[in-house]
Amino acid sequence: MTALQIIFILVAAMTLGAGMLVVTARNLIHSALWLVTALFGVAIMFVLLEAGFLAVVQVMVYIGAIAILIIFGIMLTRKIASDSGPRFTENWGWALFIAVVLFGGLTWLLASWSGFQAEPAPLSERFDSLRQLGVALVSPDGYVLAFELASVLLLAALIGALVIAWDRK
Amino acid sequence: MIPLSWYLIFAAALFSIGLYGVLARKNAIAILMGIELMLNAINVNLIAFWRYRTPEMLGGQVFAVIVFAVAAAEVAVGLALFISLYRRRNTIAADEIDLMKW
Amino acid sequence: MTTETLIWLIPLPPVLAFFIIVLFTNRSKALSHTLAVGAAFLSWLGSMVVFFRAIGTEHLGEHPFVSSIPWLATGDDYLWIGVQIDPLSAVTLFFVAWTVLMIFVYSVGYHNFGQPKGDHDRPGLQPHGATVADAHGHKHTVPSIEPMYSRFFAFIGLFAFGMYTLVVSDNLLTLFVGWEIMGLCSYLLIGFWYGKPSARAAMIKAFITTRVGDVFMLLGIAYLYTMTGTLNYREIFYNPEVLNYLVETPSYIAGLSAAALIGILLFLGTIGKSAQWPLHVWLPDAMEGPTPVSAMIHAATMVSAGVYMVIRVFPLLSAGFENGQLTPPMLLMAFIGAFTALFSATIAVAQNDIKRVLAYSTISQLGFMIAALGVGGYVAATFHLVTHAFFKALLFLGSGSVIHGVEHGVLHTGDHHMDPQDMRNMGGLRHKMPVTFWTFTIGGLALAGFPLFTAGFWSKDEIFADAWAHAPIVLLVLGLAALLTAFYTSRQITMTFMGKPRTKEAEHAVESKWTMTVPLVILAVFAVAFGWVGIPHEFPVVGGIIPNWFHEFVGATLLEHPETLPFSWIPLLTSLVVSLFGLWLGWQVYKGFQVGSTDPVEKTLGATVYRWLKNKYYFDELYDKVFVKPAYWLAETFTSLWMDRKVIDGVLHWFAHISGIIGNFLRNAIDKPIVNGSADLIAESTKRLGAVFRTIQTGRVQQYMILALVSIAAFSALFYYLLVAAR
Repeated sequence: MTALQIIFILVAAMTLGAGMLVVTARNLIHSALWLVTALFGVAIMFVLLEAGFLAVVQVMVYIGAIAILIIFGIMLTRKIASDSGPRFTENWGWALFIAVVLFGGLTWLLASWSGFQAEPAPLSERFDSLRQLGVALVSPDGYVLAFELASVLLLAALIGALVIAWDRK
Repeated sequence: MIPLSWYLIFAAALFSIGLYGVLARKNAIAILMGIELMLNAINVNLIAFWRYRTPEMLGGQVFAVIVFAVAAAEVAVGLALFISLYRRRNTIAADEIDLMKW
Repeated sequence: MTTETLIWLIPLPPVLAFFIIVLFTNRSKALSHTLAVGAAFLSWLGSMVVFFRAIGTEHLGEHPFVSSIPWLATGDDYLWIGVQIDPLSAVTLFFVAWTVLMIFVYSVGYHNFGQPKGDHDRPGLQPHGATVADAHGHKHTVPSIEPMYSRFFAFIGLFAFGMYTLVVSDNLLTLFVGWEIMGLCSYLLIGFWYGKPSARAAMIKAFITTRVGDVFMLLGIAYLYTMTGTLNYREIFYNPEVLNYLVETPSYIAGLSAAALIGILLFLGTIGKSAQWPLHVWLPDAMEGPTPVSAMIHAATMVSAGVYMVIRVFPLLSAGFENGQLTPPMLLMAFIGAFTALFSATIAVAQNDIKRVLAYSTISQLGFMIAALGVGGYVAATFHLVTHAFFKALLFLGSGSVIHGVEHGVLHTGDHHMDPQDMRNMGGLRHKMPVTFWTFTIGGLALAGFPLFTAGFWSKDEIFADAWAHAPIVLLVLGLAALLTAFYTSRQITMTFMGKPRTKEAEHAVESKWTMTVPLVILAVFAVAFGWVGIPHEFPVVGGIIPNWFHEFVGATLLEHPETLPFSWIPLLTSLVVSLFGLWLGWQVYKGFQVGSTDPVEKTLGATVYRWLKNKYYFDELYDKVFVKPAYWLAETFTSLWMDRKVIDGVLHWFAHISGIIGNFLRNAIDKPIVNGSADLIAESTKRLGAVFRTIQTGRVQQYMILALVSIAAFSALFYYLLVAAR
C-alpha cells in the first residue's frame, strides 16, 4: 500500500462520511457545513487526480459560492427549518433501496468492464494541463462553443434567478 | 498507484448518497444539497476518466468545467425558486408542495 | 227513323236535361226549366209517335216492337237487355208521357217562375214571399220564386228518365233499374225542402219502407233468373213451357211452387212501391214534397209502376190459374188489394189536409187495381191504372193550385201560422178559383166513379164486373171502399170549394196562372174522355157505339186473349149506387160546415173511432215501436256501444294494456338493469379504476422520482437479463 493509496482511502472515507451526514443531519446548518466538508474532500480528490486547477475552482466555486449561497438560502427560509418534524419523507425506505440498488448495479456493471482495473499512465514532463485547458476552452478547434454557451446559460440563470426571486410588493 | 476502480466506486457511492438525499429529505434545500453531492460525484467520475483514459485530450476537464458552471447556475435558480415558493406557501417541505396532483 | 230506335231514344232527353242542369245551367232558372220542359216534350213526342204506330200495328201482342243488345257477359252467354213496346207498354207510355209533360209545365208555375226572390228565402225551405213596393209606395207581399228551382227540374228530369226506362224495358233487370232510379228521385224530391225536419223524416221513411219491398222483389228476380236463366219478358211470360216448368217445380217453402213464390216475392215489391198495406205508411208522409212531386211520383207514375210490374208479370202470377181457382199470388193480391182499398178509404174520411185525403185515396185506388188483378181482371186493372193516373194527377195538381191560392191569401193577411193546406180553413173557393174548381170537380167525379161521363166510372165498373165474376166477396169490400171514396171526395170538394170562405185567407184566394191551369184543363179532358175507349160491348144503351178498343188492344198482350165477361147488372148497380149515394151524402153532411165545429163524421162515429181513423189506426206508432226503436237500439246500444266500444275497443285497449305491460317490463327489467346497467357498469368501473390509479399523482416530486427510478431499475434488470445474460 503506497502513501497515495492511504491518503486516498482517508479522504474517501472523510468525503463519504461527510456526505452521509449531509443527508441525515437533523439541523440543516449542520447539513450545509457537512456539505462544505464533502466538497473539500472532492477537491482533494481532484488534486490526487492531477487536476489541480479544478481543485482550486472546486473550492472557489462550490465552497466559496454555492455552499454560501445554500447557507443564505437556509437562513432566508429559516422559520420552517427550525421546526422539528420528521426530516425524511414517508418513502425513505424506497429511496434507500434505490440508492443501494443503484450503487450495487453501477459497481457490478463497471466491474465487468475490461478497463476497470486500469493503472494511470504517467504524464509527460512537458505536459502543462492548465495551459492546454485554457487553449481548449477558447480555441475554435476546441470547446469555445460549449464555453460560450455556458456563459449564456449563466447569464440566463442570473436573470432568471433575479426575476423569480423578485419581491413584488 | 490508485486503480481506476477505486475512484469509480467512490464516485458511485457518493452519487448514491446524493440520490438518497434527493429522494428522502423533506426540506427542499436538503434536496438541493443532495443534488450538489451528485454533481460532484459526476465531476469526480469525469476527471478520473480523463486522467486514466485520455490525459492528453482536455475534453474531460472541459466537461467538468462546464458541469461546474451548470451546477452554479442551477443552484442560483433553484434557490431563487425556493425563496419565491417560501414567500407564497410559507413552506419548503417538498411533500407539501403538491398542487399538481389529481 | 225506325220505331225501335225511337223507343231507345224516348228515355234519353230527360236524363240529358238532368245532367246539363246539374253540371251547367243550375244558376239560370229560365234555361233550366226550358231544358227540362223541352226534354219532356221531346219524350212526349217520341212516345206519341210510338203509340200511334203501335195502335196501327196488327197483332202487336204477338209481334211487339223489340230491340235488344247483348250487355253482360255471363260465362259463354250474354244477358240481353233491350226495349219492347207491346200493347200494355204502349198504353202505359201514353199516360206516362202526357202526365209527365203536364206536370213539368205545371211545375214552372207552381214554383212561381217570374216572381221576385223572397225576402228571407233560403235553399232548403219553402219560399215565403217577397215584399214589393208598387208605384205609390204601398208594400205588398207577393209569392216568391223557389230558391232551388233548377234543382227541382233536374230531379224530375231524372225521375222521368227512370219511369220511361221502366216502361220501355223488355226485361226485369232494366225494369228494376228504372224502379230504383225512381225510388232515389222520390227520396230526393220528398225531401226537396230539406230544411224542414218533417220532410227529412218523410224522405227517409219513404226510402226505407220501399226498400223493404225492393229487397224481396230482388230476391224474386234472382230466383227467377236462377230457375230460368233469363229475365226477358218474352222468354218467360210468353213461353208456356217455362211457365209450366216454374209451376211444377216446388220451391220447398210453404208448399208453394216456384212460380207462386216468385210471384209473391215480386208482388212484395209492389206492396212497397205502391204503398199497399202493410207498407203503406210512407205515402201520406210523402206529401211533404212539393205538389207536382205528389202528383207525378205518388199518384200518376211511380206508384203506378208497382201496378204496371204486377200486370206485366201476370202470366207468372196466374200460371196454374185454371177453372177459377186462384193461385196463391193472386189470392194474396186480392186480399191485400181489397183490404188496403177499404182500410185507407176509412182513414181518408177523417183527414183534414187536402193532400192527405188524396194520398189515402191513391192508396185505396191502387188497392182496387191490385184486387182486380188478383181476381184475374187483367184488362180492368190496366184500364183503371190509366184512368186513375189521369184523374189523380189532375186532383193533385188541382190541390196544388188551391194551396197556392190560399197561400196568396196568407201572404195578404200575414198570418203565417195558418195552415194553407187544411180544408177547414177553405170554403167558397169556387168563385175565387173557377178553373181550378171545375177541373178539380171533374177529377173528383172521376175518382168517385160518376156514371157515364167520367173515365173513372168505366174502369171501376169493369173492376166490379171482374170481381163479381170471380170472387164476389171482393166486390163487397170494393163496393164499400167505393162508397167511402165517393163520400170523402164530395166531402173534400164541399169543404174546399162550396159554401162561403171560412177564413180571411180563403177570401183573398186568387186563381193560378196559365202554366198551372192549362195542364189542369188538358188532364180534365182525359179524365172525361179516356173512359170512352173502354165501354163494354154489352153495356145497356151505350154499349157497342164505340167498340171496346181498350179491351181488344190491351187484352192482346197476353198469350190467350182474356174472355169478355158476360154482362151482369149486379156490378153496374153497385157502382151506380155507391157512387151517387156517396157523392150526395158527402155534400149533404158537409155543406154547412163552420170553422171550429166538430167534424160531422166525428159526431156520428164517436170521438174514439174518429180518433183511430184520424191517426191512421196508429200504424206509424206500431211500426215505430216494433221496428224503428229496436233498429235504433241495435245501432246505438248494441252495435255502437256494446260491440264497438266495449268489446272491440275493449280488445284493442286490452292489447294496448298488454303492450304497455310488456313495454314496461322490457324497459324496467331488461333495458334499465341489463343494458343501461352494463353501460353504467363500464363507466363506473372506469371511474373507480381511475379513482384508484390517480392516487399515484400525489404532486410530490420525490415520489415520482422514486417511482421512475424503481421502474428503470426493474426494466434495466429485465432487459439486461433478456438481451445480454440470456445469450
